[in-house]
Amino acid sequence: MSALLLDRVRAIAGDVLEVPASKITPTASPESLDTWDSVHHLNLVLALEQEFGLQFEPEEIDQMKDIQHIVDILGSKVA
Amino acid sequence: MNSTEARQEIDRLIAAGDASAAKRALIELWAHEASASAASFVVQRFEQLRAAINLQPYRLAILRSFTVEPMVPLLRAAAFCIGIDLAVHVADFNAYVQAIMDPASTLYGSAPDVVIVAVQTRDIAPDLWNDFTNLNEDQVQSTIARVTNDFQGWIRALRKNTAAHLVLHNFETPVYPSAGLLDAQSNSSQSMAIAQINRSLANLASEQTSVYVLDYDSLVARHGQATWHDERKWLTVRLPISAAHLNHLVEEWMRFLYPLTGKIAKVLVTDLDNTLWGGVIGEDGMVGIKLGTEYPGAAYQAVQRALLDFHRRGILLAVCSKNNREDALEAIEKHPGMLLKSAHFAAVRINWTDKVQNLREIAGELNVGIDSLAFLDDNPIERQQVRTVLPEVFVLDLPSDPMEFARSIRACPLFERLSISTEDHRRGAMYQAQREREQLEQSISSREDFYRSLQQEAEISPLTKANLARIAQLTNKTNQFNLTTRRYSEQQISELVSRAGWGCFSIRVRDRFGDNGLVGVAITRQEGDTAEIDSFLLSCRVIGRTVETAFLSFLADRARANGASRLQGWFLPTKKNAPARDFYSAHGFAAAKQNGDGTLWTLDLKKSFLPAPEWIRLRIVNGDK
Repeated sequence: MSALLLDRVRAIAGDVLEVPASKITPTASPESLDTWDSVHHLNLVLALEQEFGLQFEPEEIDQMKDIQHIVDILGSKVA
Repeated sequence: MNSTEARQEIDRLIAAGDASAAKRALIELWAHEASASAASFVVQRFEQLRAAINLQPYRLAILRSFTVEPMVPLLRAAAFCIGIDLAVHVADFNAYVQAIMDPASTLYGSAPDVVIVAVQTRDIAPDLWNDFTNLNEDQVQSTIARVTNDFQGWIRALRKNTAAHLVLHNFETPVYPSAGLLDAQSNSSQSMAIAQINRSLANLASEQTSVYVLDYDSLVARHGQATWHDERKWLTVRLPISAAHLNHLVEEWMRFLYPLTGKIAKVLVTDLDNTLWGGVIGEDGMVGIKLGTEYPGAAYQAVQRALLDFHRRGILLAVCSKNNREDALEAIEKHPGMLLKSAHFAAVRINWTDKVQNLREIAGELNVGIDSLAFLDDNPIERQQVRTVLPEVFVLDLPSDPMEFARSIRACPLFERLSISTEDHRRGAMYQAQREREQLEQSISSREDFYRSLQQEAEISPLTKANLARIAQLTNKTNQFNLTTRRYSEQQISELVSRAGWGCFSIRVRDRFGDNGLVGVAITRQEGDTAEIDSFLLSCRVIGRTVETAFLSFLADRARANGASRLQGWFLPTKKNAPARDFYSAHGFAAAKQNGDGTLWTLDLKKSFLPAPEWIRLRIVNGDK
């Protein structure tokens, strides 16, 4: 489940952050990727909301420090 | 192909240098997956292809009171997919007033072709939005007056500083009015106050050229107030629209961009069986086909009603159907459920020839480019064939459920128009008269006898407020008989004509079959003893009837009267204006200069007279400045 989620998140993050999906590792973060600024963060959140058909709480958006956190938060919402 | 594979395939095509296949694959991807994630991918890949494919640059600026940044990639992806390389300037958050008022602002620096003003009710009239039940009637009216006034001032300032088109969002009503049920019982309600502001905006737009209203209130309602908003995002990042609806606002913006950039269909070519009626006329017969006011025939009447609305908007209708001609024509003329009749169709092809051939013939008969056609057919195989063989034709995708047909046709942005002239209203009837003219032409042997028999009357007028819209429209959509293909907005034409030495003239043509309306435009400027034709164009429906000679003769007379000794004009060739290529040489002009763009032709006015054809009765309306 989590591996599948990770793949979907990586595909979306690759699109939105304009980097090859291979660079989207679980530890990839705004610190490690230049393109991951606040505008792209919002775009990523919205792309995930579209893909998974849900809405994040502001607290959850704040916790999205890296890809693994995103996968965890998604995991708790779609489970 | 899943979405990852589709992306890999696109990257493979780009790497292989197959730009046109990559472009097609990107359009396909976007058609299936218009998401925020696909948008970034599509934009980025189109940017890589930019040099290899033909894209029309266009500049858009957004003035806003809320976060629009996430919509920008969606908008640019949608624009790329219709061949537009859209540069988007987003003005600073809530700084629209400064941007509008300061002639040196980055807004004007971005040289926009269109400016969108996207301001919310709660931002522009917070008292109406938050505190309505606490306001008395005077306070409500004064807020309405203030907002109307503000907009009036902003439009004036924008007009002064830019020739861009303006698209103004109107204002949404709250999901639940402040007074609850009482709002609808009141003669001074919150929803009425907002509607009053919206009506003022509509008035402002109708009084001015190139100012349009985007009906934001209806847009939200159309997609559902209940799910449109995302209060959390509004409160945290000032984005009021939920992720699921971002694309709906983008689609509405695109609905304006289609007509603004000339991506419009002039002719809708429709199938008959299972499109205009249910069933197959050749098998089910007149009594068997489904068409009427009840289910299921009502679905097809709804399609016909949509087409009828397009017809009144000036879009030509044509039939292309595989059938026995007699069966189908009998159904069209005699079936009681038919809303469309033969007279509504400018061209009819009912035969067993393949549709590609028929579409080519229809374009030829109606004198329009193949890229002016839109094709409506319930059969996905026919659609696929047309799409493959004639990629220039706009092919409408229909849902599988006929009950959804009409809605999907009405949603198609190719049939949007931003203004309608009387010519548009009457276009269908004019094409019918054209068919009669052609029959006459075939029955008369000499050209001159034919011209004489047409009993043409032409009226040449200077620019007026009443004909400005039509003149600008013609400069923007005439492709074939157009010597320089210079596109002008209403704004730009008014500006040109206000300069010394410039003139703008239009020609109207009537004949025994009816009024062709305003069909030609010439823009001229004179400097010293040289008069130059900046623009000269005629609608294709009057080409070849010597109207062009009469019009040119008028320009020569006028130049002479104003002391010119030479009349000159460029012919700038395009893919489409071959019909105008020999115009100057056929009228005695000599080639004087040539550059990479075209040829300059001149006529010595002292030696050449250039008479108007005697069979056209010419009337010159004064008012020349």
